[in-house]
Amino acid sequence: MPVTSTKPRTVLLLGSGALKIGEAGEFDYSGSQAVKALKEEGIRVVLVNPNIATVQTGENFADRVYFVPVDPHFVERVIERERPDSIILSSGGQTALNCGLALAERGVLDRYDVRVLGTPIETIRDTEDRDRFVHRLDEIGVFTPRSSVAHSVDQALQVAEEIGYPVILRAGFALGGDGSGRAGNAAELATLAAIAFARLPKEEPIADRAETAGQQGGGRLIRRQVLIEEYLAGWKELEYEVVRDRADNCIVVCNMENVDPMGIHTGESIVVAPSQTLSNEEYHLLRSTAIRTIRHLGVIGECNIQFALDPKPPRDPQTGEAQVRYRVIEVNARLSRSSALASKATGYPLAWIAAKLALGHALPDLPNNVTRTTSACFEPALDYVVVKFPRWDLDKFRRVDPTLGSAMKSVGEVMAIGRSFEEALQKSARMLGFGLEGLRPTEELADAPADVDHGKSEPKGFLEPTPDRLFRLAQALWDGVAPARISAATGIDRWFVDRIANIVRFEREIADCGGSGHALAHITQNMLAEAKDLGFSDGRVAQLTGLSESEIRARRLELGILPVVKQIDTLAAEYPAATNYLYTTYQGGKAPEAAAHTREEGDDRKSVVILGSGPYRIGSSVEFDWCTVSAARALRDAGWRTIMVNHNPETVSTDYDECDALYFEELSFERVMDICDIEQPEKVVLSVGGQAANNLALRLHGAGIEVLGTSPLDIDRAEDRNKFSALLDRLGVDQPAWAELSTPEEAERFADEVGYPVLVRPSYVLSGSAMNVAYDGVHLHRFLHQASVTSDHPVVISKFIEQAREIEIDAVADDGKLVIYALSEHVENAGVHSGDATVMVPPQRLYLETVRQVKSVTKRIAAELNITGPFNIQFLARDNHVQVIECNLRASRSFPLVSKVTGHNFIELAIRSMLGEDVLAGRNGAPYQTVDLDYVAVKAPQFSFARLKGADPIVRVEMASTGEVATFGRDLYEAYLKSVLAVGMKLPRRRAPNGAAGGAEGRYAGARVFLSLGGEKNKWDFLAAARTLQGLGIEILATRLTSAFLTSNNVPNVRIYKIHEVSGESGAHAQAAHVPARPSILDLIEEGDIDLLVNITDEYVTKQFNDDYAIRRAAVDYNIPLLTNLQAARLFVQALAHYRLEDLPVLPWDEYVH
Amino acid sequence: MSDTFLVLADGTVYPGQSFGAPVEASGEVVFTTGMVGYPESLTDPSYCGQILVFTYPLIGNYGVPPYFERDGIPTQFESGDIQVRGVVAARYCAEPSHHDSTMSLGDWMARRGIPGVEGVDTRALTQHLRHDGVLSGRIVRAASLEEARAAVVPAADLSGLLAEVSVTSPRVIRPAAGQTGPTVAVLDCGVKNNILRALLARGAGVVQVPWNMDPHACDEAIDGVLISNGPGDPQDAAPTIANVRRLLDRGTPTFGICFGNQILALAAGADTYKLKWGHRGQNQPCVDLDSGRCYITSQNHGYSVDESTLPDGWEPWFRNANDGSNEGIRHRSSPFRAVQFHPEAHPGPEDMGFLIDEFLTSLG
Repeated sequence: MPVTSTKPRTVLLLGSGALKIGEAGEFDYSGSQAVKALKEEGIRVVLVNPNIATVQTGENFADRVYFVPVDPHFVERVIERERPDSIILSSGGQTALNCGLALAERGVLDRYDVRVLGTPIETIRDTEDRDRFVHRLDEIGVFTPRSSVAHSVDQALQVAEEIGYPVILRAGFALGGDGSGRAGNAAELATLAAIAFARLPKEEPIADRAETAGQQGGGRLIRRQVLIEEYLAGWKELEYEVVRDRADNCIVVCNMENVDPMGIHTGESIVVAPSQTLSNEEYHLLRSTAIRTIRHLGVIGECNIQFALDPKPPRDPQTGEAQVRYRVIEVNARLSRSSALASKATGYPLAWIAAKLALGHALPDLPNNVTRTTSACFEPALDYVVVKFPRWDLDKFRRVDPTLGSAMKSVGEVMAIGRSFEEALQKSARMLGFGLEGLRPTEELADAPADVDHGKSEPKGFLEPTPDRLFRLAQALWDGVAPARISAATGIDRWFVDRIANIVRFEREIADCGGSGHALAHITQNMLAEAKDLGFSDGRVAQLTGLSESEIRARRLELGILPVVKQIDTLAAEYPAATNYLYTTYQGGKAPEAAAHTREEGDDRKSVVILGSGPYRIGSSVEFDWCTVSAARALRDAGWRTIMVNHNPETVSTDYDECDALYFEELSFERVMDICDIEQPEKVVLSVGGQAANNLALRLHGAGIEVLGTSPLDIDRAEDRNKFSALLDRLGVDQPAWAELSTPEEAERFADEVGYPVLVRPSYVLSGSAMNVAYDGVHLHRFLHQASVTSDHPVVISKFIEQAREIEIDAVADDGKLVIYALSEHVENAGVHSGDATVMVPPQRLYLETVRQVKSVTKRIAAELNITGPFNIQFLARDNHVQVIECNLRASRSFPLVSKVTGHNFIELAIRSMLGEDVLAGRNGAPYQTVDLDYVAVKAPQFSFARLKGADPIVRVEMASTGEVATFGRDLYEAYLKSVLAVGMKLPRRRAPNGAAGGAEGRYAGARVFLSLGGEKNKWDFLAAARTLQGLGIEILATRLTSAFLTSNNVPNVRIYKIHEVSGESGAHAQAAHVPARPSILDLIEEGDIDLLVNITDEYVTKQFNDDYAIRRAAVDYNIPLLTNLQAARLFVQALAHYRLEDLPVLPWDEYVH
Repeated sequence: MSDTFLVLADGTVYPGQSFGAPVEASGEVVFTTGMVGYPESLTDPSYCGQILVFTYPLIGNYGVPPYFERDGIPTQFESGDIQVRGVVAARYCAEPSHHDSTMSLGDWMARRGIPGVEGVDTRALTQHLRHDGVLSGRIVRAASLEEARAAVVPAADLSGLLAEVSVTSPRVIRPAAGQTGPTVAVLDCGVKNNILRALLARGAGVVQVPWNMDPHACDEAIDGVLISNGPGDPQDAAPTIANVRRLLDRGTPTFGICFGNQILALAAGADTYKLKWGHRGQNQPCVDLDSGRCYITSQNHGYSVDESTLPDGWEPWFRNANDGSNEGIRHRSSPFRAVQFHPEAHPGPEDMGFLIDEFLTSLG
């Protein structure tokens, strides 16, 4: 087979856009590796990715970066400008893959002669179209679940009858199992199918285009279809990561076993690598099947194949031998979340290799980058156990269904490495960042085992698959439920349950040691050694014995029980490895891989430990990975030996080539201290990893660790609410009135005093969301009732300022003096969490006086706190009066945004300042210019509500977005429009006028917008926008009060009924008969006959809440653009009036920022 | 805490806890990096005389499979018994979970009198063996580290093992489903059952011939010879080498696996040498020198063919992509070829099964 091809000159690389559930930071990892792999060969790289917080879109990396939506319209414009000869679709997730398929369908790739590198388009189609997929695997006798494709809801029901319930519905072209689900009967299936069809990409846009229409005979449209298949609940779920080159060399880099069996999406499962419960026969049957399948499909590069394996296969009636049964569930012919995990789990750089193979290299010609002496054509052998634990943030959402199933809901994950499953599992639970010290919830620890009447009234809490099932399962074991029962009830293999039982058993042993009193002397060498072998933290031993963590640590050190460092070397120590990829464990005496061995001979650089950000979660995401990577690079450039600590497999910071030593480890006090003991670093950096890292400041300082930059004592003065408040008072800086209160009565009294609305922040919440705004006493009473307010768990009440602008400043100071700063302004009024806000950089609507005040306050705070390094302050401004609402002496979420918009890397400047360099020296002390720019950038939030069944898709004080994008423009409207398009907003569709709106003219004639504006003020505030919509030819539909208001203001509209309304305007008879009025808004949504839904609620009125919720939720379920914020909705309408899609310029980053 | 120790000939002691039979044993200490397939490895006769270290830390997870036979050959085990002298693991699992598990690994080893030691830092041990080369060792039961240190470690003697692992008289096996292919004499130097199964499954008839017998001396008419895997130093197998030399002289189509590769090389007049730590695992990349294709193979060997000593008419066939050592040889014109890896797999990847197809096809 020929392995020759002309090397590309310019490659277009598609990113995955904003982080969303099912498509997160892993694609920054894979894209970054791809850029590296291409740049090494002198290939010009053009990158399209609006995700401004990523490392891959950094300076001096790709040759050209376009912050524009990854969709066929924009990418075609990029192709037009850049004329790449090749394109890579496999490192930008499903978004890039779908975009690439659409470009191919539209003939764009052919027209511009762009070659798809790696897996061919036809293979991608084979893997994406379920019908074709099943057929292709059938050709080689590989089993897939019994299934059939349906193109309509009716057909789905018919197919399900043939297969038999329960069935699973899968939507093609969907990331993370979006729209998929289990149906136990016809009614459930009908609902699921209706939603799935609504979400599938429409065929019309493709058919609309003349060039495609001309080819319709030969060309194919993406077909709207779902798959109904046999439900394999309880079967083991396994994944194999397969790599294949053009010469047909094919290897399996990693296999992974889901702890949760089939029925729970692999993104929602605890996953272990390698598989633990498979025999040689099973492991290799699946491996051989994987290779056979991938060869047959013709993948070139990397892919993932998922299997179901029968845990209790039938036996041959004659011989009694087991007959192993499997099904191939799916193949992802691209890099995926699993491949990122496999990469980090094995040390095998899958994304880099995939890019090299796409260029035509053969596996045997590539080196194993870990050993640097052996071949890349091999299969890693692990001598450790890896556990992945998903991170969910469901409590950030109102009304969300907490049950896990075949659709993904988790927002991130952690990966833990140990020498036993118990160790890795306990590490992973602690890494989640919820403050857990072990598997059982801390509040349960004190309780004696429950009186379990065996076989009768056993705790059933572990049955429902929810985010905390594992912890409830551990609790059930503690309470005496038999492992066999748990395994039978959950389908979790007994092996895993037994391991958890082993942890629980030892918890009891620790708790029982020495009886009451737990004198330190009872903590024996044997006990602590076994505890450490099983992955117990000092903190957990402390909790179980009633001693303090520091006492346990001291005792442990005294007994000489110290962690050892081991390497991830891909070959289980068979060959010496040159890498620095490390973890700590307790098995073994002196490890030959102690710190000194990761330092090369003659390397006398000073060491610095950098703390990463841990799992991606709502509020702390890829932007901190950019900060961490930027810091590591700056420190390395400054001549330091960099030691990274992080445990998020979806990151670039955990690429071992980004630092001198990588500890894939916990970010706990205990572990960071261990690493400091081993590495003896000069300094520790904890201001780039978000709040989790920052929280360690005071303890590390207390333990004698040198923190780089701002003193931990000053950090504490900003973090401690009382200290900071006193500081602001002293500086004469205003802040909203607040108080910390320990009884509901005090809280209510304080709220009366300062006046409603008030912001309520309990420190301990039983259920529901933590932060809320209370508009009246009833509201407040309810929130306080949900929270448990005591002196241990006080509540913070602060005055909520309405109609205020929110402004942020991101800055770097050196010894209290401002070095650089950037201002940004929210589109939405205060009340929307800054992470969910639409943000303009530089500010577009602020008074100069406000800006002056913000700068002045910032300078005073920087000086007062002696800040050296990055910091961020959030302000409220109303009528030229500025108040401070938050101050963080660390890099904030918006650092990559302001860095890339202003063209100055704030983190690099911060690191240089922290290292003592006078960064303004070269500029004669002149500050950086960051406000007067010739362009504007707009950051838009990405929400993942569609994934979260039942969640109320509304923005409020608690953050709910999972990611963000930012785009550039000459003015606000241009930047805003591109930005919202990049997070899934769709422009209204111009339609041939029908009867109702006959003769309408305008840019969007025939399009339909639904308005539901709660309260008088919102109606008046939106009136001008409604007129603009009318001017654009858009038909306005509205519910009763909104409709009446518009009519009385001469805005024509069509009255639509809410769900609870019944027919007949005043028909008492009809109401009595409960005949729903038609058309109701839900009818229209289900028919997909609406282009945009604007639903602004009046916070003071909660009565219509349920109706509004139903409308919003339906919009999300049926994939109809939804705007719930007044300011954002007005801006969108204004932007529509200013620009059409075709008007939006597509320019690279370097043409805005020089 | 520790009751059992692995003591190496160089005096290093690795403390651990006992599992399996509570006895002592000595042998050559070697490591395998395979992550699955311990029942197959433990019963692989090539491991005879050795103490096997598993680098994958969790061993015993899926227990021990049931005993079934097909064509008179056990379906799940590579020989009739555990072949290793002892087992070293980081963490032994006494509570296996698998639909096909009949007992725990420890129980099985206890019944067969094989000791195990767990709780050992097998990574450190592996690095030690890699650095210093394989060593003799002894699993010692002792009350303290000091006591263990005093134990005498006999030098591992791997000679004379062929007689232990080979059949003593020819054995004819026909596939139950009927023979459709050629008859192959398997020169049994400790053949893994899966080599026999692989031949039978392809419709071939098998004559299992003792290690020191000329395959043509048995009563059955044979179409070709397969020289099996086996334990120890190939240079100790003088009768086998001499018999294979006769096969070459007669022009009998011959295929060697593992030990068989070394025997074929020696019979051809080439040399073999001992590798520092050997190749034992399921992830060894081997390049076909003709096509440049690279394959993932299953391996278990401590000796290698010195390619530079191959006489005229012979050439290297496969080479290890990691260390460049020989992985197969063949004659340029005659039907003699052999591979150093295990195309029959079990344990390990099954990618090389096509070589067995090719061998049988070549026999007509």
